Amino acid sequence: MNKWKIFSKGFIKENPVFVLLLGLCPTLGVTTSAINGLGMGLATTFVLVMSNIVVSLVKSVIPNKVRIPSFIVIIASFVTIVDLVMKAYVPALHSQLGLFIPLIVVNCLVMGRAEAFASKNSLGDSILDGLGMGLGFAFALTLLGAVREILGSLSIFGIQFAEADGMLVFVLAPGAFLGLAYLIALMRKITDK
Amino acid sequence: MAKKESTLLNMVLTLFLVTAAAGLALALVYNTTLEPIQQVEKEVLETALGRVLPEFDKIEPPSGIEVAPENGKDPLVFYPAYKGEEPVGTAVKTYTDQGFSGRFWIMVGFSPDGTIINTAVLEHKETPGLGDKMETEKSDFPDQFKGENPADFGLSVTKDGGDVDAITAATISSRAFCDAVDRAYKTFMNKNKGGAK
Repeated sequence: MNKWKIFSKGFIKENPVFVLLLGLCPTLGVTTSAINGLGMGLATTFVLVMSNIVVSLVKSVIPNKVRIPSFIVIIASFVTIVDLVMKAYVPALHSQLGLFIPLIVVNCLVMGRAEAFASKNSLGDSILDGLGMGLGFAFALTLLGAVREILGSLSIFGIQFAEADGMLVFVLAPGAFLGLAYLIALMRKITDK
Repeated sequence: MAKKESTLLNMVLTLFLVTAAAGLALALVYNTTLEPIQQVEKEVLETALGRVLPEFDKIEPPSGIEVAPENGKDPLVFYPAYKGEEPVGTAVKTYTDQGFSGRFWIMVGFSPDGTIINTAVLEHKETPGLGDKMETEKSDFPDQFKGENPADFGLSVTKDGGDVDAITAATISSRAFCDAVDRAYKTFMNKNKGGAK
């Protein structure tokens, strides 16, 4: 597999949300607006890249039987770092994402990439994989957030473009499922050709 | 590269080293972010105080007084403000558990006779586009509390027989907001009645 493929597969071919369907809890939970989706996506990207780097570096010294607990400790550390740093420097976004930042720990996307890719591949490839997957995740979350924000509150990235009430259901939980389903269907249509 | 064997010693040693390194890294980050985080919290508090109180010289005591609320478990925080030696009002940090997504905190400023000066949302998880309209920047919902004295202003939404126009499609958040203001008002009046200094 060449480098470009490793990086780009996260966007369309193996997009974590639209194709692998990994990490759906934060996907459905935080995407009430485009900016929330983007923030969550970038936070996850950071954790993914950092944990992929560390896991790839230590893979040969970790005994097989304790690899999962080790990975979890590594991932949880980076999540806590992200949580603290966001709290200190982007408090507005942090208060919006709130509960979902600590939940990156149990995002199976992060664990999945550590186990399935970083623990078997070189450092460089693991960074590319983390970056590609993370940005693919951020892209999907931003897209879903944008769709829900446009339909639900008639604004995009917090900028109101019409003075009326949007379709409420898209801001609430059912809208997340509806929006995601249509986006997945759309992605299938595009990639099947 | 050959994997290390899963002997007991190897496993214990590895987990020990991994957790030790993680602990060290977290301690470092915690220490560096501690100050900015406190700074942010202080700024949020000061902005809210500035908004809900008339012009003041000092808050005495600066860290506020914890007061047990009329109804509810956790204490409210009172910030009595003075201009010179004259008390100009009290900001009350209050909360409600009836929010759409759980507890949220608001700040309510009262003049000494109990009239609401203004309100400010401190922290909430209400739905963006709906419940978050209770923030001053997003709608004029909080403005209807300004200058009203709850003695002759029903602190509940019109649907429940009060004087507050609920936010469209966010009646739960509006009710919760009223609940928080009401809790602050009752506690404030009770405290003044009991042992005003």
